[in-house]
Amino acid sequence: MSTFEAAAGRGNLDRVEHDQESRHYRRTPEQAAAALLSKRIIAGYGFWIFLISDIIMFSAFFATYAVLVGATAGGPSGRELFNLHNVAIETAFLLLSSFTCGLASIGARMQRGSWFYGAMAATFILGAAFLSIEVHEFVGMVAQGAGPTRSAFLSAFFTLVGCHGLHVTAGLLWLLTMMAQVFAKGYRADVLRRILCFSLFWHTLDIIWVALFTVVYLMGAAQ
Amino acid sequence: MSHSDLENDSHYADIAPGDNRFDGHDAAEAAGSYLVGLALAMLLTTVSFFISGTTLVWGPSIPVALVVLAIAQMGVHLVFFLNITTGPDNVNNVLALAFGVLIVLLLLTGSLWIMANLNHNMMPMNQMMQMQ
Repeated sequence: MSTFEAAAGRGNLDRVEHDQESRHYRRTPEQAAAALLSKRIIAGYGFWIFLISDIIMFSAFFATYAVLVGATAGGPSGRELFNLHNVAIETAFLLLSSFTCGLASIGARMQRGSWFYGAMAATFILGAAFLSIEVHEFVGMVAQGAGPTRSAFLSAFFTLVGCHGLHVTAGLLWLLTMMAQVFAKGYRADVLRRILCFSLFWHTLDIIWVALFTVVYLMGAAQ
Repeated sequence: MSHSDLENDSHYADIAPGDNRFDGHDAAEAAGSYLVGLALAMLLTTVSFFISGTTLVWGPSIPVALVVLAIAQMGVHLVFFLNITTGPDNVNNVLALAFGVLIVLLLLTGSLWIMANLNHNMMPMNQMMQMQ
């Protein structure tokens, strides 16, 4: 049964009840099952709520960063530290990975292996490239004495950007897990639900990165 | 059950965030939606990076322009990548998002306002040191 048939079952049930208004309300197990929203919608919606709470957590880090951005304690400011060339490459990688992740979710729904595995592999490579540039940037900053302990500004910077980086790392592990699950279990309904949640997660990370490169890097370098 | 039956159903079903109403037939259309999103997002990103370093426009307008471009790009991501639309099947998803945006705005403006106010009223650090 497809998502849409299960979800549309609600409407049918309402009509059944309407026709039998004078009689008792009796549901067969099939009708009761049809009355439930499909698990795909429930899982996707629940994960959407989680992602919104994750965005709220990030907004607290953003507020912290915005308050502390001037508190450099005599240390380097963003203008001296940020390399916009690297940030542009990072942004391109993450944006393209969001696109390939979308293609992978189509491939999963079409249950076409080459499409799904190819797009997921491309997403992984782009995400890993993004992460390696970020780690390289962090290592370089720490090496020149601009680590998170240098100033309140740098503490806030490493917390905010590092938190996003940790999310991307978790996303990459999740991506490999989904490829392995499709390989081992096939396109089962529960596996497809997890792929839906993963693609939501990955797209949301890209949205957070948009706020991040604008507020931290572009505004920081322009100051 | 065909696509049009669902459209005519007065009890229009909800849809999961991230899903679109393609049932495996029009995958090219779904991929095209992602492609449009990618093109728009790339355009907005390029403009953002260009504007941040330009001297062509009045300096203080640059941060405002960057914020507007970022919000526009988040909108593009929401519509084309996450498929959060204004359709009747998406009301729950949009309402949850709207509540999240409200909290985010309260958190950001509240923090910045209070901290700027405190900063403004705080005695300069060198004077505070002399009092000790």
